[in-house]
Amino acid sequence: MTTFNLNINGQDRQIEVDPSTPMLWVLRDHFQLVGTKYGCGIAQCGACTIHLGDAAVRSCQLPVSAVGDQAVTTIEGLSENGDHPVQKAWLEVDVPQCGYCQAGQIMSASALLKQNPSPSDEEIDSAMNGNICRCGTYTRIKKAIKTASNSEKV
Amino acid sequence: MTKAKTKIGRRAFIKTSALAGGGLLLSFNWLTSCKMTPEEANRLPKEWFRLNGFLKIGDNGLVTIMSPNPEGGQNVKTSMPMIVADELGVDWQDVIVEQAPLDTNAFTFQYIGGSQAIRRGWEGLRMAGATARQMLREAAAKTWQVPVEEISAEEGVLKHKFSDRSAGYGKMASGAANMPVPEEVELKGIEDFKIIGTSRKNVDGLNIVTGKPLFGIDTQREGMLIAMIAHPLAFGLKLKSVDATEARNMPGIKDVFTIKVFNDDYEKTFFDTRTFNEVAVVVGNSTWEVMNAKKALKIECEPISSSTETRSRFGRQYSEHIPAGLESTADHRTRMEAMANKPGEIRRKDGDPEAAFKRAATVIERSYTAPFLAHNCMEPMNFFADVTDEKAELIGPLQKPELTEQALSARLGMPLGNIHIKMTRLGGGYGRRSYAHWLIEAALISQKVRAPVKLVYTREDDMTDGIYRPTYHAKFRAGLDGDNKLIAFHVKAGGIPESPLAADRFPAGAVDHYLAEEWTLDSNLTVGSFRAPRSNFMASAEQSFLDEVAEAAGKDPIDFRLELLDRARLAPVGQNNDYEADRYAGVLKLVRDKSEWGKQQEQVHRGVSAYFCHNTYAAQVLDLVMENDRPIVKKVTCALDCGIVVNPDAATNLAEGGIVDGIGNAFYGELSFKDGVPEKNNFDTYRMIRMGESPKEIDIHFVKSELDPTGLGEPTFPPIFAAVANALYKATGKRSYDQPFLSDKQVVG
Repeated sequence: MTTFNLNINGQDRQIEVDPSTPMLWVLRDHFQLVGTKYGCGIAQCGACTIHLGDAAVRSCQLPVSAVGDQAVTTIEGLSENGDHPVQKAWLEVDVPQCGYCQAGQIMSASALLKQNPSPSDEEIDSAMNGNICRCGTYTRIKKAIKTASNSEKV
Repeated sequence: MTKAKTKIGRRAFIKTSALAGGGLLLSFNWLTSCKMTPEEANRLPKEWFRLNGFLKIGDNGLVTIMSPNPEGGQNVKTSMPMIVADELGVDWQDVIVEQAPLDTNAFTFQYIGGSQAIRRGWEGLRMAGATARQMLREAAAKTWQVPVEEISAEEGVLKHKFSDRSAGYGKMASGAANMPVPEEVELKGIEDFKIIGTSRKNVDGLNIVTGKPLFGIDTQREGMLIAMIAHPLAFGLKLKSVDATEARNMPGIKDVFTIKVFNDDYEKTFFDTRTFNEVAVVVGNSTWEVMNAKKALKIECEPISSSTETRSRFGRQYSEHIPAGLESTADHRTRMEAMANKPGEIRRKDGDPEAAFKRAATVIERSYTAPFLAHNCMEPMNFFADVTDEKAELIGPLQKPELTEQALSARLGMPLGNIHIKMTRLGGGYGRRSYAHWLIEAALISQKVRAPVKLVYTREDDMTDGIYRPTYHAKFRAGLDGDNKLIAFHVKAGGIPESPLAADRFPAGAVDHYLAEEWTLDSNLTVGSFRAPRSNFMASAEQSFLDEVAEAAGKDPIDFRLELLDRARLAPVGQNNDYEADRYAGVLKLVRDKSEWGKQQEQVHRGVSAYFCHNTYAAQVLDLVMENDRPIVKKVTCALDCGIVVNPDAATNLAEGGIVDGIGNAFYGELSFKDGVPEKNNFDTYRMIRMGESPKEIDIHFVKSELDPTGLGEPTFPPIFAAVANALYKATGKRSYDQPFLSDKQVVG
């Protein structure tokens, strides 16, 4: 067990945990931030996507010991009231079916748009290919990303 | 366009018997403990009045509608309350939706499966709204001392026709709750619908995009422990011993033991499937600690003996033989081919098929196969349980809570009244969550450790301890006469361990000489419902075959199908034909128009397919382009006839999902086995369709209809496999007979 000082969604948090524990389980089990989802545990589905700094990362493969002083943002911290342009676009297009993968999709999409505010179809495909949607909402996800891309500053 | 009368005529009077039962006419204070925004909290009324099991009205006019069925992504949590709200006559903005608990007194058919939620819920939901509306009118009539016929109730306001008296529903809610339940209620005419038929956004949309704890796996409870199972590594094996010496001493671990899911003398129902009846369990403080300890278990297994189980399906008993042995896909293939070359059980015979084949000018014979598939719901199987000596509380995602509750009651020896199941949103179901053995497992674990427990399957457990879509085989023969008319049709279908045949489906009824046979082979692999069970293979095989027959007959594939449907409509052959030929033809014609079928586009290869299952007609045209030898689905055009469309945009979303899912499984879906071991256990090897492989465009069209609604969870899934196969043929010149169509050797890019 080791003590870690983390910055999660703008707040300083302290946790005593085994250093190998993936951030996914630190967030879900220890901080009750359950918006970040478990899907595969091997960084193949993207359900656990969070932001480390500005980059989208798979939290199931990110040991808590590797986080250091980088800011962690989860779906709960993406905006105050669900009004991030990507979240608003998701609601406008009414993307979700079961909804389980959508937090991860939104975290990948928001990281993409921060880095590239006007991505092409191919750039969207490439950035989002790591996120599986078992319900098959891909055409809506793409439409929502384009909606957000054309809206206010992301 | 197809137009037809509804079963419920305009201004029909319907008895409310389906709604009678417990929970009526209660009024009570209600304040939930869930977190709300200040704006939401300000809108809450001081008091709620429950008018029936489906709804309660606040003193300020706000309405809470209970969504009776579990929500698994089909959007029933929005669409079902819309039906109630329309008949009640309220503004959708004034409606709060809540997930109803499992309550067999207040609700019927509280499950999702077979695309039946909307179809079977329709009448009851309408009556729930209409009954409450009638009670509000009665209350206003009593208050104002005027005849009830003179009172209108629309958009949350009661008005007297011949005076200026009016009142919001909230003002009359208390009085309405004390009115007797009317014997008969007036239902709206279709032309008067204000909410049904309009697109309304997912009521859980904001909760989903902000990551709120909606799913079973998100359940948290003070003192809650985490549990995981470890099962035998191969089908055909059972636990012999579990050495937990190391695991027990690992940090955070509370206990390791084994459980037996069902007792030996328990008569399983159809949904109590469980091959690995005994599993090892690790319980600890946190997920990561339990995951690590699970890896340290040393499990020894031994072969199962063959057995025969007696089970019941909706009261009807049947027996299931489970053979011993370690099964492999290669062996399955050999055995299926052998069965296809032997006579099967005849399920339907029209005319004299053999004589017709003898005199046919052309006979075409083709065989099709499909592999086992894993459901791969994104939310792995899980359930929360808190079981004490007195009661059992269960929270989580499941499709058939009513049946599961009975199985749990039998297993715990606890009366149904002491069992409380709370349904959470499902992170996908597709049939897998109809088989709720994990709920029983969670309950047994909680009972053993005497603490609240959340059981979570790892992805690997979810995939390797599945209840799979069976593997299937179908052999077809078609006989054309000298004029290229289809005179004989023969289908022989089977699978391991179930047959996919539906003998009375198209083209039965459209061909003079028709023969349908089936066979099965036993297996110890567990199988169950998977999005449009059986149809998901038969549609693919049959619609691919018809494409090839049409080509041999020198006919356009849509014209060829329409000719057959014409025959079935005008002079149907045989009995019990399980489709309406005009509705079937209707979707084909609509998709032909909307896809501009006859128009050639350079480098675009088109495939058509149509199918009827789960009470809904679907026809699809798929446009494929090849880029660097890799097929890209440019566009799918789809026509659907599902009667009245309750929530068009949500219906479109679900229809799109079935198409994407089908394309993914047609291209990549496969779970193979070697010596009883599933050869894939996670998404690094099990190929799921991803955004780059998804259609660039999907264009959904609904036949305008006044018929009662049917479902959409399944119907777009089965036919798309054949639309893919038929377009691939146009692109490559090679027919695809064996799923998945893109094997490793074919995948380029």
